[in-house]
Amino acid sequence: MKWKFIEERIFRVLMHCSLWIVFGFLVSIIYTIFQRGCKILTWKMITTLPGGGFYIGGEGGFLNAIVGSLYIVGASTILGLLISIPIVFYLNIYLSSKSKFGYVIRLAYDILFGIPSIVYGAFAFSIMIYFGLRASLLGGIIVITLLIIPIFVRSMDEVAKTIPHEILDTSYSLGATKWETVGVMMRQIAPGIATATLLSIGRAIGDAAGVMFTAGFSDRIPESLSQPTATLPLSVFFQLSSPFPEVQNRAYGAAVVLTIIVLILSLSGRFITKYFSKNKI
Amino acid sequence: MMNAVTLPIVNAARQISTLWKENIIKPITRSDNFVPDCKFEHTLEKAEIDVSGLNVSIKGKLILKDINLKIPEKKITCIIGPSGCGKSTLLKTFNRLIDSTEGIHVEGKVQLGTNDIINTQGNALTEMRRHIGLINQRPCPLPMSIYDNIAYGCKINGIHNRHMLDKIVEHYLKAVGLWDEIKNRLHTPASRLSIGQQQRLCLARSLAVEPEFILADESTSALDPISSKIIEELFVRLKEQYSIIMVTHTLRQALRIADYVVFMYLGEVIEAGDAQTVFHSPQEELTKNYLSGAFS
Repeated sequence: MKWKFIEERIFRVLMHCSLWIVFGFLVSIIYTIFQRGCKILTWKMITTLPGGGFYIGGEGGFLNAIVGSLYIVGASTILGLLISIPIVFYLNIYLSSKSKFGYVIRLAYDILFGIPSIVYGAFAFSIMIYFGLRASLLGGIIVITLLIIPIFVRSMDEVAKTIPHEILDTSYSLGATKWETVGVMMRQIAPGIATATLLSIGRAIGDAAGVMFTAGFSDRIPESLSQPTATLPLSVFFQLSSPFPEVQNRAYGAAVVLTIIVLILSLSGRFITKYFSKNKI
Repeated sequence: MMNAVTLPIVNAARQISTLWKENIIKPITRSDNFVPDCKFEHTLEKAEIDVSGLNVSIKGKLILKDINLKIPEKKITCIIGPSGCGKSTLLKTFNRLIDSTEGIHVEGKVQLGTNDIINTQGNALTEMRRHIGLINQRPCPLPMSIYDNIAYGCKINGIHNRHMLDKIVEHYLKAVGLWDEIKNRLHTPASRLSIGQQQRLCLARSLAVEPEFILADESTSALDPISSKIIEELFVRLKEQYSIIMVTHTLRQALRIADYVVFMYLGEVIEAGDAQTVFHSPQEELTKNYLSGAFS
């Protein structure tokens, strides 16, 4: 057999290997969580607040963490979108593609992208101490917003950069201002916005380090922005670090809930993306 | 109840949003029996492009050298010449889309009627671009439905009345012969049309804002022969109302439809004049060689 066909086969096998390794990891993670979590998970755990001594084996559930996580993720996603969409439009429509300023901004977001969330948490915590604020829902929302803005900006920016220049030129040649052209661009990058939102939600809901100092932890559902709130990853963490095996097992129950929420969000995201891309060129 | 509250607010918002564009829309547009193709005020007395002493350089490299031209109105002007001779750059100078090119430097004078194109800035530039339509090499529908593609230009220029937009869309789709083919799927994405249909849609979209000039940058080169022929025939029909400047690589196409021909070579205008004269008795040696196929 000719060498080039052997080469073809070798690389195909290598690619399959990488694919199956990743897929295998995913399946084994999901299997472990569901296998240990589903046994323990009851409807009551999802719908009740932790009772006294929950973390040493007492009665109750982790509704506080579910609601807290949803509050933080929902609010920070909306805030993040509101802040990052204008940034993306400014970078791609108002600045020229070779702009030095644009380069610096993109570099800055790349760096922010790579900063670990614990650093965001510590940073926000020091600022909160300076202003005399306590750990609260608001603190958590702000930190998670800061954390996901770089993800929003960079992933939307990559999509926006691929927009054919003709589309913008066409809009200008009809007498549109740059702001009116933003509307055209919005339709073209809508699928990109949906994807960016999914990525950000994934990061936001799974983040434990950022909210540890800033949102704190509470056994109750917060009634205002200034009250501390629990989150699912932290709830998993606290239960896992308990010395009691049945509490540790309950952590898997919380992990199942977290996984299911992420799964639902990504599946619905897929449908939304499909809907928004119908007009894409 | 809901309507009673929201309608005035929506109307007020629309009024405010169209405030600064109101002056270019004719008053007649606000009545019922308006004609779709004279909805904007035309302030230009003479739609002629007059180029004198135009030099364009990109990053210090001279792309267009001392161009002097007069492009007549209501005629098809074909710009011919080998690749890389600056035809597209010249075209982009006319609607100032060249501004987005990195390291661009433009000198000289380009006049549309009495307006100085090169020195127009800011809002006036945006206004001016409406007078000069553009058809790209590859059809470039906007990422929206067929209907919205046509309506977009009118909306950004201040026409929001649904009834009028319906009339406008129908009128211009008929003008490019698309209406019968697509009248039942006006609200489907424009990207689902065939390439030839997309190009006609782009033409209709340009016409809908009532330009004086239409710039066509090799607009038929990406199309199949039949679609390309349809576009050509449309141009011939449209020249009664519009002035058309067409960059083309196909000599035969220029021969078929041009009234006026500009031959460019290495950034210079070698010869310009009546199509009959340039094609049948060219004055310059270079033109003769190009026409005879000695180089292309």
